[in-house]
Amino acid sequence: MTTGGYPGPVMTGESLYPRLEPLLAQVQKPIQYVGGELNSQLKPWEDAAVHWALMYPDAYEVGLPNQGLMILYEVLNERPDALAERTYAVWPDLAALMRENGVPKFTVDGHRAVRDFDVLGVSFATELGYTNLLEALDLSGIPLHTADRDESHPIVLAGGHAAFNPEPVSDFVDCAVLGDGEQVVGDITDVVAAWKAQGRPGGRVELLARLARVEGVYVPRFYAVSYAGDGTIAEVSRTRDDVPARIGKRTVMDLDEWPYPKQPLVPLAESVHERMSVEIFRGCTRGCRFCQAGMITRPVRERTITGIGSMVDAGLKATGYEEVGLLSLSSADHSEIGQLAKELADRYEGTNTSLSLPSTRVDAFNVTLANELSRNGRRSGLTFAPEGGSERIRRVINKTVSKEDLVRTVTTAYANGWRQVKLYFMCGLPTETDEDVLEIAELAVEVIRAGREASGQKDVRCTVSIGGFVPKPHTPFQWAAQASAETIDHRLRVLRQAINADRRIGRSIGLRYHDGKPGVIEGLLSRGDRRVGRVIERVWRDGGQFDGWSEHFSFERWTTAAAEELAPFGVDLDWFTTRERTEHEVLPWDHLDAGLDKEFLWDDWQDALKEEEVADCRWTPCYDCGVCPTMGTEIQIGPTGRSLIPLAPI
Amino acid sequence: MARQPEGPPPAPSVQKLRIRYAKRGRLRFASHRDLARTLERALRRAQVPMAFSAGFSPHPKISYLGAAPTGAASEAEYVEIGVSVRCDPEALRLALDAALPPDVAVLECVEAGEGTGSLADRIDTSVWRVELPGVTLAELRPAVEAFLASDVVTVAKRTKNGLKDIDARAAVTSASASEDVGCAILHVVVRQGTPAVRPDDVLAALVAVAGLRPPLPPRAVREAQGRLDDNGTVADPLGPDRAAHARCQGAHTAV
Repeated sequence: MTTGGYPGPVMTGESLYPRLEPLLAQVQKPIQYVGGELNSQLKPWEDAAVHWALMYPDAYEVGLPNQGLMILYEVLNERPDALAERTYAVWPDLAALMRENGVPKFTVDGHRAVRDFDVLGVSFATELGYTNLLEALDLSGIPLHTADRDESHPIVLAGGHAAFNPEPVSDFVDCAVLGDGEQVVGDITDVVAAWKAQGRPGGRVELLARLARVEGVYVPRFYAVSYAGDGTIAEVSRTRDDVPARIGKRTVMDLDEWPYPKQPLVPLAESVHERMSVEIFRGCTRGCRFCQAGMITRPVRERTITGIGSMVDAGLKATGYEEVGLLSLSSADHSEIGQLAKELADRYEGTNTSLSLPSTRVDAFNVTLANELSRNGRRSGLTFAPEGGSERIRRVINKTVSKEDLVRTVTTAYANGWRQVKLYFMCGLPTETDEDVLEIAELAVEVIRAGREASGQKDVRCTVSIGGFVPKPHTPFQWAAQASAETIDHRLRVLRQAINADRRIGRSIGLRYHDGKPGVIEGLLSRGDRRVGRVIERVWRDGGQFDGWSEHFSFERWTTAAAEELAPFGVDLDWFTTRERTEHEVLPWDHLDAGLDKEFLWDDWQDALKEEEVADCRWTPCYDCGVCPTMGTEIQIGPTGRSLIPLAPI
Repeated sequence: MARQPEGPPPAPSVQKLRIRYAKRGRLRFASHRDLARTLERALRRAQVPMAFSAGFSPHPKISYLGAAPTGAASEAEYVEIGVSVRCDPEALRLALDAALPPDVAVLECVEAGEGTGSLADRIDTSVWRVELPGVTLAELRPAVEAFLASDVVTVAKRTKNGLKDIDARAAVTSASASEDVGCAILHVVVRQGTPAVRPDDVLAALVAVAGLRPPLPPRAVREAQGRLDDNGTVADPLGPDRAAHARCQGAHTAV
């Protein structure tokens, strides 16, 4: 290791900043590496028994606003025996300088070497972050393969939605954590602290065996996978009998007990979300069949109106943000949302504070809510997510809304002064034809016509945003054949032509889309098994990282690696993506339990093919998805009948 | 019909305050935009009664004066704000300083003096101190002398449209060398103008005239900004406001 005239190697937990600083003068946006964000924390190394490095495997500007990481950072730092610091993916310009100068990957809080920590927790919102995991391990000086690590190396732990099928990264992560993180990070801390206090008995394997007995923690190395002659999985079996046969997810009940983040981080650098977020409920039972988040986060658990009110107040005071997003999978479904919107709008009237809801279902009520939240502010854009182009396909995905309702809702928005409406769609959905997608164009044209009439103005705009559908584990579509990149690109092409057919209307319609290629790779990584790990490693070795960024993503690098690395197993990229699975095929994630009965998912898949809908269990009887009885949980919704107490005037 | 904001227009600005602040330490890596966002949020946390522009997207009344480049520290950055309720400048300075990160220090806050003209007109020159780790005074001094002896020193400057040749010499009104522990120090006074000549450009000029290549990245600090007078000294840009106040003491309400 060369140190290039800078101070030499440092002690465990010591700051690398003096060696990093000269490099920062030579890179783009150096501010993202210096830490010191408002509400960040730095604890003395010696005070903690267990040191956590929390990583979001994408650029700082994407990772910093991540709620999950922010929550765990606070929860862990509140424990006197734990310390948590953050780290993000390093851009190639700095990574090259770090390698040249022998500076290992560091945390932004204390600029401590990631390899000095006890646990490296990585939150995967998307599978396209996997190559960034390998880059982070290598830059940290941590062996890529779990088998090559010893007790001096951190436990590498994956969380987030992608962790519900961690098989493709099972060579690289020691553990995957399923479900809500708030409580399980404490359990893991207890296990690591006890093992260290006892003098690390049994080494790394014993620590992993103890972790494997923590509810929600999956340790891939204790499970063996065998394959049948046709390439499918024959069996997944335990290699030791003191670990569970199936691993169930963790669920936090009573969100009011967990009002995190209490002190949201405010970066100096610009980030993708320049606002504060308050999670108003977790889970969703709308039953959209494409939606992995809605399936794996059940049941619905609402924060109460008063709980939300105090988080908004405390967060604004702690951050100085001028915008608050009311976050969830379908925010308008909160049982007290109407009252909440009105009372928050009342409370912050005249303070130049704006309130927003993320993209919403197509529903006239949502326009009313958006009007209330923007009572005296700008009404620039409103977003709806019909997801499917035709009524038929919307029945397939269980997101039913009639064309008339859709046009009426959007027209109401224009009539209320909204100038621009964004509509989110997917293409490549199961059973979809060109005709289903072409209906999007008809719809957009009708929306603009009706919108011009309702608003009396010509400048209304409609933006159609569309991406390729990727089937995900633990959903009714987990058996579906993914549409090929060619199919997606063809449908996007005919849609564009249809929209542009009438220029007088077409110029009011914007089309935003992603080509089908990245979705195919996401599909490989989402439903892949352990054999896909070699593809990921090969792509990273060939220079692949930041795969979520179009300027860094190389489809060719992935297809070449997949062809060569999968050939010895007799499978290929298509086998993992465009192949429909049969009912009794062993899926790579079958031993990981989100609580959903496989039989329920299969029946729902069959219902989808029959275009049959299923209702939301919050308002209709239980349809036995399996989650509540399996996990010992229940739906927690209001209304509570409470209202927001007016704040003392400033 | 286009919507109009309901209710009364925002309260007008009743007082202008001029602020000098420093960016130090790690925050020298903050860009102008980073600092602007940070300052606006700190003003909200400090509950400063900002005046806002009218319309659907009201903006707080803040004007920034030429910012030090990303990577350079500064003891003399200036910003002017408008408030809707009169504030005591010192109380505001303390509240804002407490709300900002430790590496941003609010050094002065004065009320804009009536009839003293704009702050921008009082700033045309920067005084820089550039630490050069690994360079000795014996190496730096002849380089500075060679630079001062030249009429024109052309250097390539990176702009939005690629590399562009500029003269780094004409804007420099004085330059000298001194020494500290482990590094030589370049002192340079530069007129602000277009294209802007920054410490990096002067350092590139020292490479061009004397082949002086620092082995480690230099550290620049802007020590002062102001108007260069005929004697070659840089005047305090807040001086006229202070003088106006000494003449007329107004009634102030606290923040």
